[in-house]
Amino acid sequence: MLLAEGLHHAFGRVVALDGVSFSLAPGQTLAIFGPNGAGKTTLLKVLAGLINPQAGSARVDGGRRAIGWIGHQSHLYGHLTVRENLLFWGSLYGLSAARRAARAAEVLARLDMSDRAGEPVWSLSRGLLQRAAIAKALLHDPAVLLLDEPFTGLDLAAAGQLRVLLGELHDGGRMMVLATHNVDEGAELATDVAFQRRGRFVHFAPRGTRSAAEIAAAYRRAMADG
Amino acid sequence: MAELLRQAWAVARKDLLLEFRTRTAIVSAVVFTALVLTVFNFGRDPTAVSALDLAPTILWVTFTFAAMLALNRAFQLELENQALEGLLVSPLSRTSLYWGKLLANLAFVAVVESVGLPLFVLFFNVPVGRVLLPLVAVIALATLGFVAVGTLFSALVIRTRFAELLLVVLLLPFLVPPLIGAVQVTARLFGDRPLSEAVGYLKLLAAYDIVFVSLASFLFRFTVDE
Repeated sequence: MLLAEGLHHAFGRVVALDGVSFSLAPGQTLAIFGPNGAGKTTLLKVLAGLINPQAGSARVDGGRRAIGWIGHQSHLYGHLTVRENLLFWGSLYGLSAARRAARAAEVLARLDMSDRAGEPVWSLSRGLLQRAAIAKALLHDPAVLLLDEPFTGLDLAAAGQLRVLLGELHDGGRMMVLATHNVDEGAELATDVAFQRRGRFVHFAPRGTRSAAEIAAAYRRAMADG
Repeated sequence: MAELLRQAWAVARKDLLLEFRTRTAIVSAVVFTALVLTVFNFGRDPTAVSALDLAPTILWVTFTFAAMLALNRAFQLELENQALEGLLVSPLSRTSLYWGKLLANLAFVAVVESVGLPLFVLFFNVPVGRVLLPLVAVIALATLGFVAVGTLFSALVIRTRFAELLLVVLLLPFLVPPLIGAVQVTARLFGDRPLSEAVGYLKLLAAYDIVFVSLASFLFRFTVDE
């Protein structure tokens, strides 16, 4: 269970979160769409425990161990190999040496990166780097995935692969919160949709049977109204 | 406690592995140490002040500035691909992160000092053989104090502009007490004075270590959390 209640946070006079509340159950994917500066990243950081909100609270069952983070930055060390990075991050999540070695091999195989495991991260292309970052996020088998603009910088093929992978993860019963400014990228994956503007959810509803095009049209209307 | 230490070791091991791979900081610090000692060697008038009188000051000024290079790089490593954000999202405790960085910095500075000390003996012809063990103990005692404070400030300034300059400005006033203690004890060792004369300064160094390692371990979370 993921629960956010009355979140409020401001940076000086700029309000990043203004009364945001929602809950997610296993198998739900919330796609949050909003323009740059709407407060999406702040919301994800609050959910991840990176920012203490000035008001309200956020709770993820299982705490930090239950969270996997995929952003547009990989959090990987350039001069370590992909495998060394995974083993390091696995150790922080309390996986035993044998378990993290096995999980590293497993997630790399799943992401079709087994042959790249021994390569230093700095040598990877943007698409491969993003896959390595996903491998890192999945290593400890998190119940909740927080995705902050995960498609940024990916070419069409890599973005398509990422969408397929996220669809598989969603089918596996994980909770996911995806924040992006690009409606076309995230709408297909969502079970629930929120539009965020100036820190507020101006729309929050189950996706239902709406197509990506209908959601995009609703998003444009909601942004124009403000 | 075992979990804290295990995580701290994982962080330290990762930092040392990264340094071993790149070697840029350690080579820079060692070359810097050699250059400073060379400048002091040729920049003084040997007929005015004897080498033995100047030696303790020169030794500690050199070690202090070489350590600054190590402290500057401690959190620079975490800026690559925003790895610091990944560390803060993970279940890694802030205390473990601090202790891990402290451990890696101590190892780094110890390597620089172990190269610098023979060079110092070579340049200044100071007979350290008979006082080597107590000298190493004093170096360890003083180094722990200023690396403990420096690691904290290194985290504090990392997100600021001109972090390298700011670190020096913030750190140097805090290094005055251990520097006074270290120079005074070293002067007595080089002058063949009994160690009992330096007990007060040794107590100062030990108290500084206890206070600042404890204080920095507690305050560290406030420097890295948003």
